[in-house]
Amino acid sequence: MPHNGTVSAELARTEPPAETPVTPAPPKRRGLTSIEALALLLIFGLTARPGLTELFAAPVAQAWSARFVAVCVQAFPFLVLGVVLSAAISAFVPAGFFHKVVPKRSVLAVPVAGVAGAVLPACECASVPVAGALVRRGVAPAAAFTFMLASPAINPIVVVSTFVAFPGNPEMVAARVAASLAAAISIGWLWARLGKTEWLNLPKHHHHDDGKWAAFWSAIRHDFLHAGGYLVIGAAIAASLNTLVPETWLQPIADNPVLGVLALAVLAVLVSICSESDAFVAASLTQFSPTAKLAFMVVGPFIDVKLAAMQAGTFGRRFALRFAPTAFVAAVLAAVLMGALLL
Amino acid sequence: MRRDAQAVILLLVGGGMLRLAWTGDYLNYVKPYAFWLIVPAGAILIAVAAITGVNAWQARKEADDGHGHGEPKVAWLLLAPVVGMLLVAPDALGSYEAERTGTVVGAEENRSSYPELPDDVDPVPLTLLDYASRAIFDEGQTLEDHRIQLRGFILYEGDEPQLARMVVSCCAADARPVKIGFDGELPGSLEPDQWVEVVGEYSPRQGRDEINGELVPYIEVESVTPIPTPENEYQ
Repeated sequence: MPHNGTVSAELARTEPPAETPVTPAPPKRRGLTSIEALALLLIFGLTARPGLTELFAAPVAQAWSARFVAVCVQAFPFLVLGVVLSAAISAFVPAGFFHKVVPKRSVLAVPVAGVAGAVLPACECASVPVAGALVRRGVAPAAAFTFMLASPAINPIVVVSTFVAFPGNPEMVAARVAASLAAAISIGWLWARLGKTEWLNLPKHHHHDDGKWAAFWSAIRHDFLHAGGYLVIGAAIAASLNTLVPETWLQPIADNPVLGVLALAVLAVLVSICSESDAFVAASLTQFSPTAKLAFMVVGPFIDVKLAAMQAGTFGRRFALRFAPTAFVAAVLAAVLMGALLL
Repeated sequence: MRRDAQAVILLLVGGGMLRLAWTGDYLNYVKPYAFWLIVPAGAILIAVAAITGVNAWQARKEADDGHGHGEPKVAWLLLAPVVGMLLVAPDALGSYEAERTGTVVGAEENRSSYPELPDDVDPVPLTLLDYASRAIFDEGQTLEDHRIQLRGFILYEGDEPQLARMVVSCCAADARPVKIGFDGELPGSLEPDQWVEVVGEYSPRQGRDEINGELVPYIEVESVTPIPTPENEYQ
């Protein structure tokens, strides 16, 4: 239950006095409007703050909320980058552009989209809304999904951070790029063969007659509120698992090669670490085999609880239910294959 | 959710992020470089809030209730991080977490070079991770004949006090501790989470972390001085 009373008072000090229309709306036929509900919550939060700080004084609650806030604060800037890019694609790129640029046959379009993923230097929070905009702009979903999966795994920032995390071990970088690209392309081809457009449920962007800029700002607002809400769900789950699952459970599993790979793949799904830093975490899991660490780094950018929530928000639940397990299996298989070949 | 309510939420999220950057509290959650991500992102959100607010106000003048388009209900959840950032404002992770997580020193195992420590500095300030990897993977060769200064917080493994610091690679969600044991006499009462500056010399003694079985190096203690909590508690 959100309380945020002192917020407005505190903001008034640090923010320019804003345009916020906080005045409750004139009485309407229906019940409570959202702005009135928000105003009530603000007042409630203001009065409840001492109790709130007391409630969160216990060490577990402190640790949980620090992790929760940390995931949000780290992810929001990348989400903003992603929604700004996707809004720009929606508003300013002419509808016919991608038809000309992307190859017509998905056999070709999918690998092209995978390699093109290298140009978006951001983590997975940014690539989900961008993929949504690509689909809306007429790019074949198969190609857009390949782009969405490949981009957070093979862009330059991630490659460099993997290289730094595994010094003197460049084959780990090669294995990560190869496995991620291979899995992303196979999923694209799989979607081209088996995927059904009715699984997709893209939130509609209403048309604006007020011009491109109005559409641009409106798309940022809508996409941020939408994907951001789902990101919050993912952040809460990730914070809970990080705080409540004791690390001692991992130790006996690490000694078994098969279980080790599966355990780190599942761990990657649960902890939802940003792809730009997961290499450092993988490197610190020294009890596990190199292939298990590779699986951690390939699975993480493909699917995790935060991403699953965001994909469900961007493409619809029916899509996410089918896509998440497929992405997980493809990523694990690719990691095991590349681990056997290269590590 | 109506558009004016959306504007308020965008303003709160953007404002909360700018406030973290302004007060420096963002260092409790993310790395210092994230400042340059948080500030533009917060500014963009506030700009979007402003434009949304103006639009909603104009729409109202045109006797239109700022049509909501059945906008995402899930956006209400964005109030949770706002509460976290502005009202709860949790502290950086400390001894509670460190006592439940294994030491992280294994990540440094493949490091190839251990540059000589300067001879004209006494004591030599080192990060805990640097000290630990020199002690474990380089058998302390570069540490001998130097007095070392370490800064960290106190935690207890069983009854035994240890020096620790959280290492963060991306954000506090992946924080993991690096731990160092004390060899020699300690001043009487060290509270968990108390920040201290330790001066001492390399000790060949090593222990094992109970949680993940990694090696924990020791330092031969010369002095332990309580210090105020640093601005950036992570490394």
